[in-house]
Amino acid sequence: MKSMYLAFLAAILIAVIAHFGLDYAGFSSRDVTSGPAVRLD
Amino acid sequence: MARMTFRICVSLLLTAVLLLMGPAPSARAQDSASRAATGGAQTLEDILARQQGLKVDQAFRSEATGNPDQAAAITDQLGTLGGVSDPELWRALRFGSADVTVSSRAPAADVIIQDGGMAWLHFRAGPLLHYGGYLLLAVLAALVLFYLLRGRIRIDGGITGLTVLRFSAIERFAHWLMAGSFVVLGLTGLMMIFGRVALIPLVGKEAYAPAMAAGKWVHNNLSWAFMIGLAMVTVMWVLHNIPNRQDLVWLAKGGGLFSKGVHPPARKFNAGQKIIFWLVVVLGFSISLSGLSLLFPFELPMFAKTFAVLNDLGVPQVLGIADLPTAMTPHEEMQFAQGWHAIVAFVFIGVILAHIYIGSVGMEGAFDAMGSGEVDIQWAKEHHSLWYDEVSGRKPRDKVPAE
Repeated sequence: MKSMYLAFLAAILIAVIAHFGLDYAGFSSRDVTSGPAVRLD
Repeated sequence: MARMTFRICVSLLLTAVLLLMGPAPSARAQDSASRAATGGAQTLEDILARQQGLKVDQAFRSEATGNPDQAAAITDQLGTLGGVSDPELWRALRFGSADVTVSSRAPAADVIIQDGGMAWLHFRAGPLLHYGGYLLLAVLAALVLFYLLRGRIRIDGGITGLTVLRFSAIERFAHWLMAGSFVVLGLTGLMMIFGRVALIPLVGKEAYAPAMAAGKWVHNNLSWAFMIGLAMVTVMWVLHNIPNRQDLVWLAKGGGLFSKGVHPPARKFNAGQKIIFWLVVVLGFSISLSGLSLLFPFELPMFAKTFAVLNDLGVPQVLGIADLPTAMTPHEEMQFAQGWHAIVAFVFIGVILAHIYIGSVGMEGAFDAMGSGEVDIQWAKEHHSLWYDEVSGRKPRDKVPAE
């Protein structure tokens, strides 16, 4: 059963990495759909 | 033969999709006489056809967008409109023929009106939910019926307590990476699509909104784990799942699923498992593509290109329908992606429900293959005799009986 639990843990880790990784790589909605002329903060 | 079968499957699937997504058969009711009677506007036939859900030829609207060449001089009455009245301008916007310039550089920002939105919404809230829901209920009912008629498939020879390794740690890891993420993706997807009709009346909008915001985050980001697991499983098992002659024997005997004591020979994967494998690969690949298109809105349009390929292959001619649309607004691409994603998901969930059943409560000893990785040798002899013969050179290890 260790493989199963390890896989579930890996899935969670991949999800978190995907979230921050895509954000860091410039794929956030803010980066994709707005420009410098748009004030979001 | 395989290509022909594939084409037929694609054709059938596409027919079903088109019938569900498109309005009812065309009824181009208006003739030139009735059109002239209304001065070119819609006719009673148009209204009646629309009320009956029939398709109305919108050319009288889409082509009535004014004529700048016949515009009055700028100093004349209405000359400032440039030969285009307000209704004509709105029609041009609606049907995508207006020359729109926007300051936003965002994808699809220059689409002011997307005329297909309501058709997609009606499809999503109607046939997609109904037939998808019925499909899943039918699968569950069939599994319950099968269990009541057949019961749990036992190990006929009894548990020996001796086990053999069926799946290695990395195989089990890949399987559970895909399976675990699939279950969560399926649940969050169903929460999304059935939220308005099933969950909001139950828990209220205040509770549903934050739960679904979290669910959407999970759905979006866990999809990568699913895709990685799918790729790993495909690479590791594809050679074991190439069909062979023994599969025909297995299928002819129904895999022994319907009769006690019948155990057709099989290698590592029997014909039933091979069918599941290829369905997972094809459906998983397809749902991943449409999912990626939804993850990166407007960046990965693929339906216009796919339809162009299908048109070139002659699929519409085989089906006796008009060529599929190859010019779409970015929003239409997203609507097709969402519709396809959900259709594939419903079929996928139905297949996996059956897989989960037979891998757990439906068959004694089956879960151990993916749980501990070790299966009882009697189970192996009964369900995968040819595979057991191959690996039985190894000395089975003494182990406590399977749980």
